[in-house]
Amino acid sequence: MPVDIPKDNWPGTVRTVTIGATAADGGTRTSTVTVGGEKNLPFLHFESKAPNRPVIAIEIKDHRPEDWSTLLLDAWGEAVNYPVQWAKAAEAAGADLIELSLSLNDLNGNPTSPEAAVKTVKDVLANTGLPLLVFGPGQAEADNNLLVAIAEATKGEKIVLGIAEDKNYRTIIATAMANGHLVNARSPMDVNLAKQLNILISDMGMPLDRVLMDPTTGALGYGIEYGFSAMERLRQAALQGDAMTQLPMLVTPGFEAWKTKEAKVNTGVPDGWGDWLERSINWETLTAMTLIEAGADIVVLRHAESVRRVKTAITDLMAAAYTLA
Amino acid sequence: MALTGIQIYKLLPQTNCKECGFPTCLAFAMKLAAKQVELSACPYVTPEAKTQLAESAAPPIRLVTLKSDGYEVKAGNEVVLFRHDKTFYNKPGLFIRLFDNQPIDAIKEVVTEASTYAVNYVGMDLTVDGFVVASTAGDPNAFTTAVQAVRAASKRPVILMTRDANVARAGLKALQGETPLIYGADATNWEAFADLAKEAKTSLGVVAGSLAEMADLTEKIKTKGVEDLVIDPGGRDLGSGLALGTTIRRLAIKKNFRALGFPMITFPGDVGDPGLEALHAAQAITKYAGFIVMDHFSPASIYPLLVLRQNIYTDPQKPIQVQPGIYEINAPKPESPVLVTTNFSITYFSVANEVEGSGLPAWLLVTDAEGMSVLTAWAAGKFDAERIAKAVKGFNVADKVSRKRIVLPGHVAVLSGELEGELPDWEIRVGPREAVDLPAFMKQAL
Repeated sequence: MPVDIPKDNWPGTVRTVTIGATAADGGTRTSTVTVGGEKNLPFLHFESKAPNRPVIAIEIKDHRPEDWSTLLLDAWGEAVNYPVQWAKAAEAAGADLIELSLSLNDLNGNPTSPEAAVKTVKDVLANTGLPLLVFGPGQAEADNNLLVAIAEATKGEKIVLGIAEDKNYRTIIATAMANGHLVNARSPMDVNLAKQLNILISDMGMPLDRVLMDPTTGALGYGIEYGFSAMERLRQAALQGDAMTQLPMLVTPGFEAWKTKEAKVNTGVPDGWGDWLERSINWETLTAMTLIEAGADIVVLRHAESVRRVKTAITDLMAAAYTLA
Repeated sequence: MALTGIQIYKLLPQTNCKECGFPTCLAFAMKLAAKQVELSACPYVTPEAKTQLAESAAPPIRLVTLKSDGYEVKAGNEVVLFRHDKTFYNKPGLFIRLFDNQPIDAIKEVVTEASTYAVNYVGMDLTVDGFVVASTAGDPNAFTTAVQAVRAASKRPVILMTRDANVARAGLKALQGETPLIYGADATNWEAFADLAKEAKTSLGVVAGSLAEMADLTEKIKTKGVEDLVIDPGGRDLGSGLALGTTIRRLAIKKNFRALGFPMITFPGDVGDPGLEALHAAQAITKYAGFIVMDHFSPASIYPLLVLRQNIYTDPQKPIQVQPGIYEINAPKPESPVLVTTNFSITYFSVANEVEGSGLPAWLLVTDAEGMSVLTAWAAGKFDAERIAKAVKGFNVADKVSRKRIVLPGHVAVLSGELEGELPDWEIRVGPREAVDLPAFMKQAL
């Protein structure tokens, strides 16, 4: 019996965004990463093959993080004390990008200084060829302080600065515009809030091909269904032609998964949770996988084994060696 | 696809006899379209019209139910492609596969462990649904022995996996009175399998290498009177699995294409690597499987998969709730503070995680706010002084603490006066607006 394969034909296209600049473009990266450009829902190659695959960023910190699961600290070993070593280890683990998260305080408990942050960023840039994302500590004043200094000191590198939120986007956008960088625009798991922030950013004159949107997610078991559905709806809005949602999506399943009790704790937990390390990695990979199915273009992960598995899955999803009918 | 009122009207006698209780046939047709009356209310409807109407009323994806003594697994009956459009209804069954060349003791051990496995997630016990027994050499005796071993260790539903109808028949003998799934029929053996499924009243798995071939096969099998089908369209890699699953769901929902309107069975276990197996199963959960067959049973991957399935199959209009009650965090003592919040799961998790992470002991009083977050519940009148006081009394909080001190979320500071009235012997404190600020507040202000 002949089967007529239903195909979606969407009017809209997700914007294409390139992160990082090589020497030819005024930066120092040895490679760049391009995401976006989708014309249909994820991985349905029988309609239209996506021009770019989803990519993986590995999150590193400016110094040994006190609040990370010991599983992660053990996995990266000595490198967690040295951002440059950590970045190199992340590159070796298969990262497409490095995401450097700055801490609020230095190891002595003093607020991280712009000078120190700039030095860390420059050291990382000098020692890896991968494009970079730099996220502030997540407090408006500290973020502005650090990110402006970093943006100015790395002009032209096309770094992704984060995190721009509704209460804290103006300074970050302004410095990104002035210094040729990109931004990550984060909103809390809601289609309209995501769109609204993109409009505000666009209104400032920021070219939208330098904006990623981060609709936020919950981890598996902690609200992932909200993130999943918000992303499915955002991608459908983009494909329907809504220009203010046509941005590649970045999400941070590593951060979300590794702060859950399942990944952090191994004492006094139910037997039904199983082996701690394997459970934690599954928590991270399943969170990432689910969001990739919903349209994530960049997932930020923390464990090297998760990177290996998710990367294998992405390769498998991007292959189009099948016929449908 | 359901017929519209006008389409139904054309099938009715159009005499406006009023015997159905409606003034006109058109009015009756409209009610039928809205599924508010039964067609049987019309005494004059023709048999042809009846058939057509019954067909249009059938769900686009057939509901298939596997049954054993005391257990039931349902798949199918889905009506949307995206959970945000309505909801996904029947969670895909999670099955563990055993092979009949494995030692009997090993089979029993895995089945016992997996069958008794239960993990608590927000007050629900999540479990594995059943087992697959796969024939490796086409030997009816070995197969039967393995099925018996599974049945001795668990009462959960079984899927019999063999392409030889005689082997399947042998396995069925160990499952008397049940409704298992036999898997499966293909282009060469379908007649024998269809006969067996009809005779034994089981569901039937159908295997085909292409959708066209699958559609042919299901139509042929239906003519034999077997309609509870489960389809395996192939596609063991993630890309083709997604394309096939999406296409089958689209054909059923958008085109009402009956020949492929059945639940799909997937085999993440075929990938080999247990870590990737979990990822394949995760895709099967989000993208349209009805039955998921795993080759490894490990709590470390089953737990996250069960949670993912629970999350994806929640009604998007109805938030996940946690059980209202008094929760202990970091082994609280009688002098520890009582924090109050609502029973919306995300709210609960944010608060519980922050307090847990701080290491500070506290009692967390979760009130029944019908699954809404603090501000939403307050605005909707589901989180007020009266409800909080009722929870304090209902959960006997006063018996647990020596110092009667309760901390309100900062967003509902406005309730503190009223709450003093409701709980006169309690000290009412106003906490921070955001959960993330709780540890600092507890350290400094309590």
